[in-house]
Amino acid sequence: MAISPYNRKFAIAVATGWIIWASLGYRLLADFGAGSLAALSDSMLSNALLFGGCFLISNNMRYYLPGKEKYWYVLLLGVIVTLLWMTMLRLSLPFLLSDDKQYVAEFYASLSIRMAVGFLVITSSTLLSLIWYTQQQEQDQAARKQETDQAARDAELLQLQNRLQPHFLFNSLNSVSALTISDPGKARDMIEQLSAFLRGSLQKEHRQWSTLEEELDYLRLYMGIEKVRFGYRLQTEINCDESTLQMRLPNTILQPVVENAIKFGLYDTLGEVCIRLTAQNSNGFLQIEVSNPFDQVTAVPRKGAGFGLASVRRRLFLLFARQDLLQTEMTDTLFITRILIPQI
Amino acid sequence: MKALIIDDEPLARDIIREYLTSHPSIEVMQECSDGFEGIKAIQQHQPDLIFLDIQMPKINGFEMLELAEYVPKVIFATAFDEYAVKAFEAHAVDYLLKPFSRQRFDAAVQKLMAEGPSREQVPAAMEAAAKSPDQSNRIVVKDGGKIRIIPITQVQYLEAADDYIKIHTADGSFLKKKTMQFFEETLSAAQFIRIHRSYIVNANLITRIDPYEKEGHLALLTTGARLPVSKAGYARLRDALGI
Repeated sequence: MAISPYNRKFAIAVATGWIIWASLGYRLLADFGAGSLAALSDSMLSNALLFGGCFLISNNMRYYLPGKEKYWYVLLLGVIVTLLWMTMLRLSLPFLLSDDKQYVAEFYASLSIRMAVGFLVITSSTLLSLIWYTQQQEQDQAARKQETDQAARDAELLQLQNRLQPHFLFNSLNSVSALTISDPGKARDMIEQLSAFLRGSLQKEHRQWSTLEEELDYLRLYMGIEKVRFGYRLQTEINCDESTLQMRLPNTILQPVVENAIKFGLYDTLGEVCIRLTAQNSNGFLQIEVSNPFDQVTAVPRKGAGFGLASVRRRLFLLFARQDLLQTEMTDTLFITRILIPQI
Repeated sequence: MKALIIDDEPLARDIIREYLTSHPSIEVMQECSDGFEGIKAIQQHQPDLIFLDIQMPKINGFEMLELAEYVPKVIFATAFDEYAVKAFEAHAVDYLLKPFSRQRFDAAVQKLMAEGPSREQVPAAMEAAAKSPDQSNRIVVKDGGKIRIIPITQVQYLEAADDYIKIHTADGSFLKKKTMQFFEETLSAAQFIRIHRSYIVNANLITRIDPYEKEGHLALLTTGARLPVSKAGYARLRDALGI
């Protein structure tokens, strides 16, 4: 149901309209020689009934808006209510003022012009309410659509953010299991790191933004765990301008990028792998580059497995409405992922 | 009993070695950190048993077995691999889900020593697991003493040759012991089309299809190769190319 236009302001406007309309009617009747009592009662009563009819129609539209045949509906309703109004006038005024013979004669003589005016007023008010309620309905729909869109977007963002790789989790637990035998102290450290990492990915659920400094702390945890898993094979290097540390970026957006780089680097090459992350302020954008070594020959089939990067790109698009914020580049031996974060 | 441990994570190898201390009859000949080392070690040590991780650098555990000289008894260990686990379960191959307990490990070893997956079970599981996205993106072959990973996009066409399949690429052709049916099932049907009993072609390379003898056709590739197209193959080709 649409929002009703009936409030104090509206009531005052209607009352004013009624008074103006009634005074005009009074003036008209007086001009045609009706007595003041007759002119007054006629104009007040007929206009009250007319406005009542209009109110009836508009109230009716509040619950039912015609769909397809709206113009026929307006016309039909106008005719019916006009006839109803005329009947009521004919049944009331001549009897109320039956003493005034001249008035009664004039009343019957003016029926057609009364009908024309009444029809005009009623149909225009019908049209007005039709427009009002249609607009209300559209606004309602637009608001609802926006709400559902927002909800869907939030859900998608949350899902993109919370993607935790089961492979990573179980392999890390397996490493902990191994360390409990060979190095219990290190096992304890690893459990602590893993817990901090998991807590981070759970806690930040509802936070959309963090600073680069926070993000790097989170990344170091992640890289630390991966280093325990892969031992000497995995090296990491982080280089950031001091000025970038307080710049903002979508929460946990870098972790899938680094995860992709580590996976790509480790599974596409043999031997040692160095993952480099650099951050700099580039014309007010936070620019982050993550690079990993790769093998040109076998890299092609791996391209499809870039779900991590696809989800990052999708998230950047949902947040900034731009498709060009994540770019990848391949040199002879390095695969580079470059992300630009607008600072808004 | 001679054994190998093949896993790219050092700690994952440690735990197997540790659990094996209570099985003195099993002697670990070597630990390998990737499939290439694994293939060499299998050749060198002729093990009876291998402990094998699935996800490893360059080639995965299944691909390593495809290339190995022979398939010993295998205990697979994986952290999370839906395709692999489905394949194991479908073919009654025992496997360990990381992290695993000593009891679970002991049970797997005992079961294997008692009976062990027969020669057919492991290869069947390998075939099933080859439908994973990883393996439908590439084909690994032996090229002399070396191992070559062929991205699927570089395959021009496949040709049946007795028990082998000849894989034709711009760098030459390579043999692999598989069936046409296997490739027909694993390769993307949109890109690779079985045009003949003995040929599967990369549809992107077809430039022309000419009538040939009665009811037959010839497909001409951008590389200049001419391949026979059977009647059924022509129907499939028309379907795929939308003509």
